[in-house]
Amino acid sequence: MATLAPTTPWAKGAKDDYRDCPVTTLKVDMHAERLIIANAVMAVVTLTLGGIAALLIALTRWQAVHLLDATWFYRLLTLHGIDMLVAWMVFFEMAGLHFGSTVLLNARHAAPKLAWLGFIMMTVGGLMANVVVLFDPSSNVMFTAYVPLKAHPLFYLSYILFAVGALIAVITFFINIVVAKREGRFGGSLPLVVFGLMTAAILATYTLLEGAAAIVPAFLWSLGILPNLDPGIYRNFFWGFGHPAQQVNLAAMVAIWYALAQMTVGIRPVNEKFSRLAFILYLFFINLGSAHHLLVDPGLSFGWKAVNTSYAMYLAVLGSMMHAFSIPAAMEIALRAKGYRKGLFGWLRNGPWKEPGFSALVISMVMFGWIGGVTGVTIGTEQINMLVHNTLRLPGHFHATVVAGTTIAFMGFTYYVIPLIFRKELKLKKWAVWQPYVFGGGMLLVSLGMITSGLQGVARRNWDISFAGVVPGTVDLTLAIFGIGAIIAVIGGIMYVSIVLTSILTGPRLEASNLLLVAGTNNPLLESTTLTDHQMEDKQNQPKGSLVLVIAFLVWFAVYYLTNWWLLGRTWFIR
Amino acid sequence: MLAPERNWWKPIGRIEKTWLTVALVWCIFLTIMMPLWYFMGKQNVPTESYRTTPKDYAATVNEFVAQYQVGEENGIPVVAAPPGSDVYLRASAWQWYPILQLEKGQEYRLHISSMDFQHGFSLQPVNINLQVLPGYDYVATITPTTSGEFTIVCNEYCFLGHHTMVGKMIVK
Repeated sequence: MATLAPTTPWAKGAKDDYRDCPVTTLKVDMHAERLIIANAVMAVVTLTLGGIAALLIALTRWQAVHLLDATWFYRLLTLHGIDMLVAWMVFFEMAGLHFGSTVLLNARHAAPKLAWLGFIMMTVGGLMANVVVLFDPSSNVMFTAYVPLKAHPLFYLSYILFAVGALIAVITFFINIVVAKREGRFGGSLPLVVFGLMTAAILATYTLLEGAAAIVPAFLWSLGILPNLDPGIYRNFFWGFGHPAQQVNLAAMVAIWYALAQMTVGIRPVNEKFSRLAFILYLFFINLGSAHHLLVDPGLSFGWKAVNTSYAMYLAVLGSMMHAFSIPAAMEIALRAKGYRKGLFGWLRNGPWKEPGFSALVISMVMFGWIGGVTGVTIGTEQINMLVHNTLRLPGHFHATVVAGTTIAFMGFTYYVIPLIFRKELKLKKWAVWQPYVFGGGMLLVSLGMITSGLQGVARRNWDISFAGVVPGTVDLTLAIFGIGAIIAVIGGIMYVSIVLTSILTGPRLEASNLLLVAGTNNPLLESTTLTDHQMEDKQNQPKGSLVLVIAFLVWFAVYYLTNWWLLGRTWFIR
Repeated sequence: MLAPERNWWKPIGRIEKTWLTVALVWCIFLTIMMPLWYFMGKQNVPTESYRTTPKDYAATVNEFVAQYQVGEENGIPVVAAPPGSDVYLRASAWQWYPILQLEKGQEYRLHISSMDFQHGFSLQPVNINLQVLPGYDYVATITPTTSGEFTIVCNEYCFLGHHTMVGKMIVK
C-alpha cells in the first residue's frame, strides 16, 4: 500500500521550522515554502513580461495589423524567447524541484542558503537579460544569439548568471533527496512524481553544462578575448543546451501530469515499472535531440544527423508514447472504480471538467501529443526538415509543446499551489474554471495558424513577409488565425495572472481546508491510497477507452507523417 | 505523489504490453524511413561541404559571375552557367548574389556560403530550406523540376534588415 507520509517524526527544536498541511497531511518545511513562493512569483512575473511581448509581436506578424516597427519587433521577439522559454519555465521548475524534494517526501530543505543563492543569481540574470535587450541596440540577437551576431557582453553574462543559479538550485534538489533518504523521511521508494522531477533535474544538469560550453566562449568572444568562433560548433553546443532544456520541461510536465491526475481524479499508477521505464528512456536518449536544429546545416553527415535526430531509434518518443497511455489509463481505472463504467468513454464524460487541474491536464496532454508531438517527430525527420527548417511550422510545433502543453499544465498546477503553499484562498474561482479552456483554445489557433502558414513557406523571425512577395494569398488567412488565437491566448494569460495576483495579494492567510477547488469536498489524493489491487485488476475497470484513444492518436500520427513524405517527394530533386 | 512500496517491479499488464509493442513497431518504422529515403528518394539533405573563408568564397563568386554573366537586374548580375556545372550563391547582410538562371530538368552543383552572419536559404514557393554559415561552402546538387521565377528568402535572423534580404532564381 502506497503511503503519503511515513515518517520519522520531526524532532522539536529550533532547526525544525515546519507546519502540518491539513489537506495532504504532509509536513511543509518553511524554508521550502518560502523558496517555492519566491520562485513561483518570479515565474509569474517573467510570464507577464513575456506575455506582453507575445501580444505585440503576434499583432505584428498578423500582416493586416502589422503593429510594431522592425527594430521593436526583433527586440521584443528576443525578449519573448528569453522570458518564456527560459525564465518562466525554469523558475516554475525550480519551484517544482523544491516542492518535490521536500514536501512530497515529508522532508526538510537541507540547503536553503544555497537555494537562495541560486534564486538570487537567476533573478539577477533574468532581469538583466530583459534590461540589456530593451536598452542595448546591438543585443537584438534573438534568444539563440547565433554567432557571429554579437550582443553586448552583459547579454551573455546574464545567461551565465541565470544558468549557474539554476544549476545551484538543481544541486539542492539532489542534496534534499539524499538527506531525506538518510533521515528516513519517507518509506518505500521515491514517489513517481519525484522520480519524474529527478529525471528533469538530471537532464537539467548536463543541459546547463552544455549551455556553458556555448555561452561562455561567446561571452569571452564578445569581450574580445577569443578571436572568433565557429558558427557550426556554436550551434551544436547551443542546441545541446536549447533542445534538452525543452526536454527538462517535458519531464517536469509529465511529472506534473501525474500529480494533477492524482490530485483531481485520484489515480494510482497502473504499473510503476512501466511509468518509470518511460522516464528512464528520456534520461538515456533525449539528449541526442540537439541535432534537430542542425538537420540542414553544412558540415555534418547523414549518419550523424539520422542517429541523433531519431534519439537512436525514437526511444525517447517511445517513452512519451508510454506516458501517453499510462496516464489516461490510470485515470480511466480510477474513474471506472468510482462507478463510471458505461461504454468506452463514460469515464471520460464524467470527469470533473470544471476542476481547473483536470481540464488543464486533459488539454495539455491532448495538445502536447496530438499537435506538438506529432509535428515534432515529423519535422525532426532528417529529409522532411528541408521543408520546414526556419519556417513558421517550427514555432507552430513548439508553441504546441511548450505553451499548450507545459505552460497549461504549470498554470493548472498553480491553482493548487495557492491554497496549499501560499495558504491563500483561491479567488476568481469562476475564472479559474474557464481559464484552461480560453488559453488552450487560443493556443490551438496560434499553433494551427503558424503551422499552416509555415506549410506555405512563411519564414519565422521575420518582421514583414510581404517583402518576399511570393507567398500565396491564403497566408493572410492563416496569419489572421494566428493573430486572433494570440489575442484569445493573451486573454487567457491575463485571466491566469489576475487569478494568481488577486489570490495572493488580497485576503488573509488561510490554511487550506479542501484539495479540490470547485469539484467537491472529497480528497482524491487520499482516496487514491484506498484503490486496491482487486479494483485495479477488475475486468470492468480495464482501460479499453484509453487504448482506443492511443490507437486513434497513432493513426493521426501516421497520416500526418506520411503526408509530409508525400509533400517532400513533390519538390525539386536535391542531394 | 505517493511513495510506493519498495518492490514496484511488477509484470506489465496485457493492455500495456499490447500498446508497448505497437508503439515500438511504429518507432522502428520511423527509424527505417530515413535510410530508406536516403537510398531510394530523390530529395535528400545535401551532405557535401567544404571549409572556406569569406574572402576566398567572394573571389570564387566574382570569377564565376565574370565568366557566365548574361544580364543584370536592379544592379545584380544574372548568371547562366551550363548544365552540370558548379554555380555559386553568396549570402550577405542583406543580399543574395547573383541571380542564377538554370534550366529545368538539368542538374547543377549549387554552392552557398555566407560573408558575415548566419543566413537561411529558403527557396519559395518550392519550399526548400538550408542553413548558410560563414566559413562553410555548402554544396547542394539540385535539379529544378518546375520552371519560372523563384524567390530566395532569408529565413535565418541576420539582424535588423533581415526581412529585406530577398533574392531571385530563374528556371527556364
